[in-house]
Amino acid sequence: MCTNKKYTLSDEIVDYINECLSKEHPESYLIAILHKVQGIYGFLSEIHLDEVAHLLQVPTANVYGVATFYHYFRLKPRGQFAISVCMGTACFVKGADSVLTSFKSELGIDMGETTSDGLFSLEGTRCIGVCALAPVVTINDRVYSNVVSQQVSQILNEIKAAERV
Amino acid sequence: MPEILKKYGKIKETLDYASTDVKSTGITVIQVGSATCENAAGAEAVKFEFQKLINASGRDNIVIKQTGCTGRCSQEPIVGVFAPDNFPVKYKQVTVDKVAEIFQSHVLGGTPVVSLMLDKNTNIIYDHIITFCETNYEKRPDHLELSELFQERLAHHGISNERVRVLKGGNIGLSRFEDDDQHAVMIVFPENVIYRYETVEAMDEIIKEHIIDKTINQKYLIHTEKLTEEYMKFYGDVSFFNKQSRITLRNCGIIDPENITDYIHAQGFKALALILEKNDPEWIINEILDSGLRGRGGGGFPVGAKWRNTRTLKQDPIKYVICNADEGDPGAFMDRSALEGDPFSIIEGMTIGAFSMGASKGYLYIRAEYPLAIARIENAIKIAREYGFLGKDILGSGFDFDLEIRLGAGAFVCGEETALIHSIEGLRGQPRIRPPYPSLSGLWGHPTCINNVETWANIPPIIIYGAEWFNRIGTVGSKGTKVFALAGKVKNTGLIEVPMGTTLREVIFDIGGGVFGDNQFKAVQTGGPSGGCIPEHLIDTPIDYESLKEVGSMMGSGGMIVLDHTDCMVQTARYFLEFTQDESCGKCLPCREGTLRMLEILERITTGQAVMADLDKLYRLGNMIKKTSLCGLGQSAPNPVLSAIENFREEFEIHIKEHRCPTQKCSKLISYHVIADKCTGCTLCARRCPVLCITGGRKQVHEIIQSQCIKCGECFNVCKFDAIQKI
Repeated sequence: MCTNKKYTLSDEIVDYINECLSKEHPESYLIAILHKVQGIYGFLSEIHLDEVAHLLQVPTANVYGVATFYHYFRLKPRGQFAISVCMGTACFVKGADSVLTSFKSELGIDMGETTSDGLFSLEGTRCIGVCALAPVVTINDRVYSNVVSQQVSQILNEIKAAERV
Repeated sequence: MPEILKKYGKIKETLDYASTDVKSTGITVIQVGSATCENAAGAEAVKFEFQKLINASGRDNIVIKQTGCTGRCSQEPIVGVFAPDNFPVKYKQVTVDKVAEIFQSHVLGGTPVVSLMLDKNTNIIYDHIITFCETNYEKRPDHLELSELFQERLAHHGISNERVRVLKGGNIGLSRFEDDDQHAVMIVFPENVIYRYETVEAMDEIIKEHIIDKTINQKYLIHTEKLTEEYMKFYGDVSFFNKQSRITLRNCGIIDPENITDYIHAQGFKALALILEKNDPEWIINEILDSGLRGRGGGGFPVGAKWRNTRTLKQDPIKYVICNADEGDPGAFMDRSALEGDPFSIIEGMTIGAFSMGASKGYLYIRAEYPLAIARIENAIKIAREYGFLGKDILGSGFDFDLEIRLGAGAFVCGEETALIHSIEGLRGQPRIRPPYPSLSGLWGHPTCINNVETWANIPPIIIYGAEWFNRIGTVGSKGTKVFALAGKVKNTGLIEVPMGTTLREVIFDIGGGVFGDNQFKAVQTGGPSGGCIPEHLIDTPIDYESLKEVGSMMGSGGMIVLDHTDCMVQTARYFLEFTQDESCGKCLPCREGTLRMLEILERITTGQAVMADLDKLYRLGNMIKKTSLCGLGQSAPNPVLSAIENFREEFEIHIKEHRCPTQKCSKLISYHVIADKCTGCTLCARRCPVLCITGGRKQVHEIIQSQCIKCGECFNVCKFDAIQKI
């Protein structure tokens, strides 16, 4: 996939970083670059962080500092289906914790973990701003609204069934 | 030299608004909401279905229009059908299977589907709906509400209330016409005309001419470009909407957010053209100062003063303006809605601000969690550039200004202005000590003005209608309106905008429709993790910056979560503290360590391991953190806990002394038991129990082994026979 000899990062990202270097305050694009890397690879690996630091001419320590500071960035890969249970206030008040408990017991994993088959990973997310439809769960880009814990196994089964086809 | 206004007029002329205007062309418009929340409720499939039916019908005079969200979240997806000479009809919870009925019956057949209409509690189709602007009625000498008086006169003329519906509205944005207590102002639908008059005789005259003879009374008719004309036209008959006053959200749910034609038709970029024509930055700053607008991000700093400081404190050729759209408060979504529903107004507000302060570059700092908002604002920036409202030499004025989007990455503390600046610079989003304030030394050391989305969206109307108009809305110290995200245990969840000074009761019970399931109201949490819980006896508190502070909460960004008697205040306090503790950036000790210690104490209380001395310690610690933390996050983090202790001390004491949670929400303080009479022995709970602590085989009464139970509640949730009891 990678045609660039020196970097494992895709050409698209290397080009983007070079474009940033031609702008004013290139180091200010670090967060945007990490967004792009995570968008393509799903998470930020150590080698990619190193390469970003090298390309952008910013100390790796700073890059790592930024990557670990912000909740949005992941340093570990996640499952094919990323389940995010919204833990915002409205969802909390409407029972998001029992939905989360159901996901945990159905999948047999804890928050921040991935199932052994790599199919599902589970995380709690900050408010996604759909408070009026609380509790809300997102699985990849799909939003499930007004979720109750009894629905959890059905949701998972549907995904598994679709996956088998 | 009215060159700029002329140029603006020319752009407006070139835009083909008529093609989507119901009135001028006789077409029917089907309006489908399109925002994150609408899409989550299934709006996209609905839009697709309507398009299919339109194609199949072969009619070319039916069009679909997408809009942002109107704020009526619990009834989404909302679909509006606007046919010529008819009331705009709004349908609620339109799922794909309801589309065909609406299309056949209403769009093609002309008969609205009454059962699906929004907030429709009657089958009557009225001849007229009349909305009164009743902000001043209590000041009238006779104390009789105008709408009541009007109904009396209608009855006098023998007109039944099945023909005419009379409603009370709030401040309906009639700018210059709401200035005195003597005049009545009312809008009559579907003609959408406004009458203003003083006497009962005039009222009679209007009834005779308009209602009986069906001609418009020219004597009392007023013509005004009103801020919320389109809004009232579409939603004026629904009480959820007409109790509100919309300035920030004036276009949300009305215009197509991806179409500049719609925005310009709603007076978009007019304010920008006006100020460029006037070419007087000081005038703009004075207008904003005189308007009394305060920052809507939570702090409430006077906007005009911030602008003046940025303009004058330092002579620097480089200055920046920033829009803070890092809406990190869990439970608030007004910024998302404004960005998704009316992105151009934020661009316009920022451009006006930049001109007044001498900035030529602006940044929009948006949460990465809002992909649709990002796409909408990106699109709006691109279009605004194409039309010359952004970029070099804006409208031929010689003024250059451009915008760049920067994404946040999920850090609550980045809502703090110095942390946000660090984040834009590509660093960890940690705050620094102020002063120097950003207006002196901000982004890369240059003077910088940061305002949030709602603040920027307020700027264009203030310029168009003037500071005096804005200054009349609200209370002495808090002017204008405020948007709230109403959620939690309330019937009508959604986004609302009310004048400052409206009481919490009016918001929750009049607009919100009261507590969900008619449960007992317990408290309302305002201001998110920085705010506090306001108990029932303080529910008549007016909403303004100072009053909310007095009762131990704050305006914050505008989250408003309603709690009912089933909610545990200790749990709620713990929830917010867990959030701020997690989001604490770790730079200063009081916030980093203090919030953790507070959380530990709360943990002990919710698990029944605390002693009474812990409660005093918690209170003292909270106040210490407030006084000594570096930034706003730490200074306000203890608020939810402190206000909960002040208002619900008894509930804390029951947890500590009796090891009991009155609302059965603290899992460690409750236990689950099988009700033998109801248990059918289906084994579902036993199979689902994660620690396998439920005994009893098929058709045997089950039993929970208390010593092994982890109190996850799974058995309680899955039991189909209500045979599990929580004690």
